[in-house]
Amino acid sequence: MTHLFILANGGANGTNLDPIYDEVLFWILAILAVCAALAMILVRQAVHCALMLAVVMLSLAVMYAMQGAPFLAFVQVIVYTGAVLMLFLFVIMLIGISNRESLKETISGQRLWAGLGGFGLVVLLIVGVGHAALGTAAPTTSANNTNNLTGLAQLIFTTYVFPFEITSALLITAALGAMVLAHRERTTPKLTQRDVARAKIASGQVAPEPPPGVYALHNAVDMPAMLPDGTTAARSVSRAVAQRDVDLGRGDRQVQITADLEAEERIETERQLEAGAAGRDEA
Amino acid sequence: MSPAAYVFLAVILFAIGGVGVLIRRNAILIFMSVELMLNACNLAFVAFSRMWGNLDGQVVAFFVMVVAAAEVVVGLAILMAVYRAHKSASVDDANLLKY
Repeated sequence: MTHLFILANGGANGTNLDPIYDEVLFWILAILAVCAALAMILVRQAVHCALMLAVVMLSLAVMYAMQGAPFLAFVQVIVYTGAVLMLFLFVIMLIGISNRESLKETISGQRLWAGLGGFGLVVLLIVGVGHAALGTAAPTTSANNTNNLTGLAQLIFTTYVFPFEITSALLITAALGAMVLAHRERTTPKLTQRDVARAKIASGQVAPEPPPGVYALHNAVDMPAMLPDGTTAARSVSRAVAQRDVDLGRGDRQVQITADLEAEERIETERQLEAGAAGRDEA
Repeated sequence: MSPAAYVFLAVILFAIGGVGVLIRRNAILIFMSVELMLNACNLAFVAFSRMWGNLDGQVVAFFVMVVAAAEVVVGLAILMAVYRAHKSASVDDANLLKY
């Protein structure tokens, strides 16, 4: 627990993190981040990818805290994991989760070459960085001495004040751009209540559709309603539910309905027998 | 850990993100891979910031985050517009400018 407070107060360089604790935490987070990143690019479902990306981002947030950047750690959690990733999930939900990408390669050998290229990039960069003789962490400087947040604020509002102002223009442009791109012109006139009522009468179905499963013996949303004349209304089952049954390989609904009908006949004869018996009792 | 370890980790994450951009065909996932690359850069910036003992690296990482947020907003809006036109988020389907 105390470690957590130290972490929140500014990690490594401004920090008195136990070196062993520091090292163990780094290795746990590094392995976690690399595994999650690999899973992110390999997993097929878009939602799973988003969750894997969340794992990477959260482990990076802890790493920022370990390295004396508590402000960035919190910004990482709030902006990246909180806002950006939620935006991603939002769009995934809008575009459709079932929208799986095909596994067929359009360019033959693309994956192999991409993997080789990535591996080459890693080797190149690691050799380059290794030759750069990166030093150890510098002793705490005046900027870090005061307070991470105060130091950052001083830098942003003095040295970097111009980029900071430019950022505001960027954000406004981005907001406007998103609005323009997401906007859709109405090509058909808006339906009034009168139009809706007319269409309803014209369709011949004035009363609400029968709800699923209610008249069948199974009280479930994936069972079509049984109409008073004994037929079933396939329209009463939501298409998504019906598709889900097909996807999950559930049994044929028609077979179940036939079984239901037989069961109902049986129940009907039993009822008649009971009624007959009751009639005899009364007599 | 020395800052070098963090830089190596950033290198690996950056390369994984790059491979993700190359092999995925769903535009959303390509975006996510780009985000992963930006995050890797941020990690390197923070590590360098610690190495030199000043906060400039952290300020740059902060700006990268701001730009990434703006980029995601516009990018996803473009994606929605493309999806509306093509009913597909695959980058292979958006090829009207090809010929």
